[in-house]
Amino acid sequence: MKLKKTFTAALMATTAIGGAAAAQTELALWYHGAGNEVEGKIINQIIDEFNASQSDYKVMIESFPQLSYNDSVVAAALAGNLPCILDTDGPNMPNWAWSGYMQPLPIDEAEFANFLPGTKGIYDGKLYSIGLWDAAVALYARQSTLDELGLRTPTLAEPWTGEEFMAALDAAKASGKYDYALDLGMNDQGEWYPYAFSPFLQSFGGDIVDRSAYQTAEGALNGDAALEFGAWWQKLFAEGYAPGTSEDPADQQTGFIDGSFAFQWNGNWRAVATMAEVDDVLFLPAPDFGNGNTIGAGSWQFGVTTSCAAPDGATAFIEYALQDKYLAAFSDALGLIPSTASAAQMTENYKEGGPLAVFYDLSAEQALVRPVTPGYVVEAKVFIKALADIANGADVADTLDAAVDEIDADIEANGGYGH
Amino acid sequence: MASKLTTSNRAGWGFALPGFALIATFIILPFFLAFLFSLTNQRLISPNPTEFIGLKNYRDLLSVAVLTIEPERDAAGEIVRDDAGEIQYPRVRTITRSGDFPQYKGMREWFRWQSGDDAKVVIAKDVVFMKALRNTLIFVLFIVPLQGGGALLLALLINQKLRGINIFRTVYFMPVVISIVVVSLLWRFIYDGNDGLLNNILNALSFGLFEPVDWLGNTDTALGSIIAMSAWQAVGFHMVIWLSGLQTISPTFYEVAAIEGASKWQTFRFVTWPGLRNTAVLVLIVITMQAFALFAQIDVMTNGGPLDATQTLVFQTVERGYGKQDISGGSTISVILFLIVLAISLVQRYLTRERD
Repeated sequence: MKLKKTFTAALMATTAIGGAAAAQTELALWYHGAGNEVEGKIINQIIDEFNASQSDYKVMIESFPQLSYNDSVVAAALAGNLPCILDTDGPNMPNWAWSGYMQPLPIDEAEFANFLPGTKGIYDGKLYSIGLWDAAVALYARQSTLDELGLRTPTLAEPWTGEEFMAALDAAKASGKYDYALDLGMNDQGEWYPYAFSPFLQSFGGDIVDRSAYQTAEGALNGDAALEFGAWWQKLFAEGYAPGTSEDPADQQTGFIDGSFAFQWNGNWRAVATMAEVDDVLFLPAPDFGNGNTIGAGSWQFGVTTSCAAPDGATAFIEYALQDKYLAAFSDALGLIPSTASAAQMTENYKEGGPLAVFYDLSAEQALVRPVTPGYVVEAKVFIKALADIANGADVADTLDAAVDEIDADIEANGGYGH
Repeated sequence: MASKLTTSNRAGWGFALPGFALIATFIILPFFLAFLFSLTNQRLISPNPTEFIGLKNYRDLLSVAVLTIEPERDAAGEIVRDDAGEIQYPRVRTITRSGDFPQYKGMREWFRWQSGDDAKVVIAKDVVFMKALRNTLIFVLFIVPLQGGGALLLALLINQKLRGINIFRTVYFMPVVISIVVVSLLWRFIYDGNDGLLNNILNALSFGLFEPVDWLGNTDTALGSIIAMSAWQAVGFHMVIWLSGLQTISPTFYEVAAIEGASKWQTFRFVTWPGLRNTAVLVLIVITMQAFALFAQIDVMTNGGPLDATQTLVFQTVERGYGKQDISGGSTISVILFLIVLAISLVQRYLTRERD
């Protein structure tokens, strides 16, 4: 079956080339950023310049809204309509690779030695996808807030401990100047949850799944550390430190800038916009709850599909797009962390002494990718629901137990996901 | 009639063919596939071969058991109570997660009640499904009278010859024309817990006495909010159906009633209502079936939360089949949903049959 497909694809490719001598091979590229003008402008510029730089291939972009992007890809995969070059959110890649819809990149991994670890999509020992940027999360705060509340400024080397963090929230709450001491973005019940909140769980000593073999979540998601995390998590909402799941998205978007939140746990993609409004904004590292501090890693990356008739062309495009000048352009426009140190030096924010330079070090040192397993797609959904339920007052132990049961049942139903 | 259909009507069949083909491909075929998938472990995308697993999916959804839990006792054999005097029980997880009771593995508490000193705990394998089933039934139970009755009331109001009556007809019908996704988004603002329109209105009407309620974020009000909003959204559609029914009633009946000196209520009871019989059956069945398919409002407004207060069967079907890539699980729910809707429709048909 597969052989036949490859054969037909090869046949189609050869006829395409033979039919119109020296004509360009068209490569479809699917992108997640529909509706984001700035992002669209840069990606279109890369494509135009790539198409102009050679005459063998012509990349055609199709943009999708991020919310429904994964659904579109899965539907297309079932219908056999995948494009050649696929944009994929880091943690989803193993699922698509395992399902046979993506192929390893035929690029020597050594070429990416100077790339941030979170930008490399490695599954089963092979490089499947590579990103133009990584993202990081930080605790947004104002210098004036810290001064007023008499708080120490945490650093990478010496972050706040769990107690210091809660003391800071208490101080903010007691000051009576804020609607909420902390905003976590709870209204965005999607990939944001595992990306932004699983590092807290890891800092307590738990995890979404036991990474030693990826066969169970027992002990990792409902062990003592996880229960402790759950109790702390519930307290944030029960005692009014942070707004819950029904928070209005518009309030969330502007809350920190308006001064209704003292602190905000937010991604660096909002950093540029926030700096424009808040002069003394600080980006603080995650608190350490005892087991070290990590932040999520692995953002959107490019890969090549199995059905691609011209993987060489697709690879050529990806390599072209990975030039430092494009990494820098994305970073300047969106505040994302460029994948290489050399590109970082070309940017406004990440060059040495730049206002966001701390993010580069943060990402290089603390980044931990989400569980690298095909089962992650389901595990993430279960994790999202568990955290939302606990925030809404569900019993911590029962909720985490149920999450473990669901994850384990799914792993079993999928024959261990090939680990 | 039958002979006409089967013999000399080639053109007719020719015209019907595209429609039949589409219905067969997109409704009848998936319907049978759902039955088939529910007996397998079919995934959305997976390199593993699909296996026949019998009724496991149904067992995973429907398994329920009742546990009797004895109170905790201290060394002297006295029942342990907390400060408020409530009897303390060992946690359910000590039973469901111990190796001693493999039959309860993977089950968790759905609800409990007290019987004597013991607690009776109903545990289910899939509590979320059970809650979805319960919520869907509650939704149907409320939406049918609300939507059907409200629509009839509006239809009676706009079935008058007044100046500018078309404006009212248009206004009442407007929500039906707007996409349900847009309507849901708007109502999310209306229900906003801080400065939503509803809270502001209630606050103004009560001269500031009303405490703002987080309508969608509160387990007590979330489903009710969805019911109210859904009833408002679709009421115009059924109003039009009622209206068409009203206009088929011959005016002579009303004239006779007037001559006989019937009151307004008598006219409605003995002229209008009997004349609306068939319309009523249609409206009843259509609302019931639409109500069971509740999805978009949930997807946009609450995602099934808070604490599963607004989970519904169709939302769970999509969540499992697509979100969790478990096509067999989603198919199983849709088969169960089909059986429920079929049973209810048959009962409705029986209850509203012609009795003569």
